[in-house]
Amino acid sequence: MPDWLRLSPEEWTAVRLSIKVASWAMVASLPLGIFIAFILARRNFWGKSILNVLVHLPLILPPVVTGYLLLLSFGRRGPAGAFLEQCCGIVFSFRWTGAALACAVMGFPLMVRAIRLSIEAVDQRLEAAAGTLGASPAWVFATVTLPLILPGIIAGMILCFAKAMGEFGATITFVSNIPGETQTLPSAIYTFTQVPGGDAGALRLTLVSIVIAMAALMASEVMARRIGQRIEPE
Amino acid sequence: MTLSVQLKRRLGAFDIDASFQSSGGLTALFGPSGSGKTSVINMIGGLISPASGRVAVSGQVLVDTAAGIAIPRHKRRIGYVFQDARLFPHLTVGQNLRYGRWFTSPDHRYANLEGIVDLLGVGHLLDRRPAALSGGERQRIAIGRALAASPRLILMDEPLASLDEARKAEILPYIERLRDEMKIPIVYVSHSMQEVFRLATDLVVMDNGLVTAAGPIAEVALRTELLPQAEQAEAGAVLDMVVVDHDPAFDISLLRSAAGDMRVPGLGALPGAAVRLRIRARDIMLALDPPGRISGLNVLAGKVSAVGPPHGAHLDITIDCNGQPLVARITRLSAQALEISHGREVFAIVKSVSLDGATAAPTKRANTMEI
Repeated sequence: MPDWLRLSPEEWTAVRLSIKVASWAMVASLPLGIFIAFILARRNFWGKSILNVLVHLPLILPPVVTGYLLLLSFGRRGPAGAFLEQCCGIVFSFRWTGAALACAVMGFPLMVRAIRLSIEAVDQRLEAAAGTLGASPAWVFATVTLPLILPGIIAGMILCFAKAMGEFGATITFVSNIPGETQTLPSAIYTFTQVPGGDAGALRLTLVSIVIAMAALMASEVMARRIGQRIEPE
Repeated sequence: MTLSVQLKRRLGAFDIDASFQSSGGLTALFGPSGSGKTSVINMIGGLISPASGRVAVSGQVLVDTAAGIAIPRHKRRIGYVFQDARLFPHLTVGQNLRYGRWFTSPDHRYANLEGIVDLLGVGHLLDRRPAALSGGERQRIAIGRALAASPRLILMDEPLASLDEARKAEILPYIERLRDEMKIPIVYVSHSMQEVFRLATDLVVMDNGLVTAAGPIAEVALRTELLPQAEQAEAGAVLDMVVVDHDPAFDISLLRSAAGDMRVPGLGALPGAAVRLRIRARDIMLALDPPGRISGLNVLAGKVSAVGPPHGAHLDITIDCNGQPLVARITRLSAQALEISHGREVFAIVKSVSLDGATAAPTKRANTMEI
């Protein structure tokens, strides 16, 4: 490997942190994402359109605005942030957890959208059939609905992960750009471009970003195809 | 098993108001498309709720709107075989079959999976995916899946409607075995006369959301005016008979019922077997004197018990043959010439019979035979 491709320890730290932040953002928001997607797809309730708008808002708002709103509410002095610190000792501001929260919020609409579409595609007559075979609604969801929407869930997770890997605006606004704590790949690349002679570092991290993105996409493709073969309809 | 159903619900443009009782066996809900048959079994199975009504199976109340009872569908223990099979695409055939068993409490479990696999002849399919099955195989698995959950009652919604004739012939014997060997009560929705006459022990005729007739098939079948216009040619009495003898030289079986003995060729059934004959009204000739020197083998003596209203050039005459009724369709001209009226003694010459359901395994099934 040519020397200029070798990552410095600081760059490795940024790569590892990015993967950690994106993974946490993806996994932690998954249960809520499935729940929100399910009620948006299947239930009618007062305020459904408001919930839908709220979920999609980070997609449309400038990321800096989302980040600032997170700072206001989840910062140490913010209502949610103060409450969480007192009750559970969870601190978001200027920590990697805050970066994960910002990434989760930004990736959430993409995740919910993919899962919701797959729930809407499920043949509800299969669920009715499972009911006549003695399965309670919770069991129907676990044994019929969930396996059938698995490709949608995987697609949603990958989209969320990819968004989290690339998240910049909200993260830097909310938790700043602290090497080793909140400096993810995009922040690190941005930092490199701001200093003289940083081109090589920026290019290395750019290549790493491309490789991670492609690997994630290919993994999702393979998994979706394998599951798709199992559940192709009659 | 007794099934008592009394249901009301508005559905689209018309009202369903259906009441009937049945005592086990196979109860066919028969009527034209859109007459509300499927909605009735959906309410029995708990897929939709009635506006008002009551459903009880063997004394266990499943729905009683007056008492505020509505047991959810997963606790009813009512199997459902859908027209479109609805097998779970993400499970293998074997997993589909075992699905309901898992949710059945051990106290209620009576179904034996190996027995079901044998009964339906699906042992070679267990590792396949539903997508790799033919339509007939899918429907057999759907029946097995419902059965394996040990239901107290099975609902079938036109399970053969989407299949071609060959596939239908493949499934029918299995439904008969469910009815006769496993003694599972079945409610069977169909708009096919042939299926109904072959399978049903009880018949509920529906039209426009209302029950127009209900009772044992032999009784309801006599009311030929209830059948839709397109099926009028198939109207006729149903006789359950027993094979008492078989003459291999001429391949003639001797059948016995209250109406008298009948000789039927090509039946292939062994003595002792129960067979169901359908004698179409248009296949009976009436004579006032015992006919001599004719080729027809079967002449049954009886008395006219009812003269139906004229439809077109014809009349349907109900004849009581020693307690077993037959229906003959003759022209109004003949009726006048023979002075047919209530109580008149006549001889019914049966020209052909349809063999509809046999519990033994005759070589020919559902065939019409000239005799």
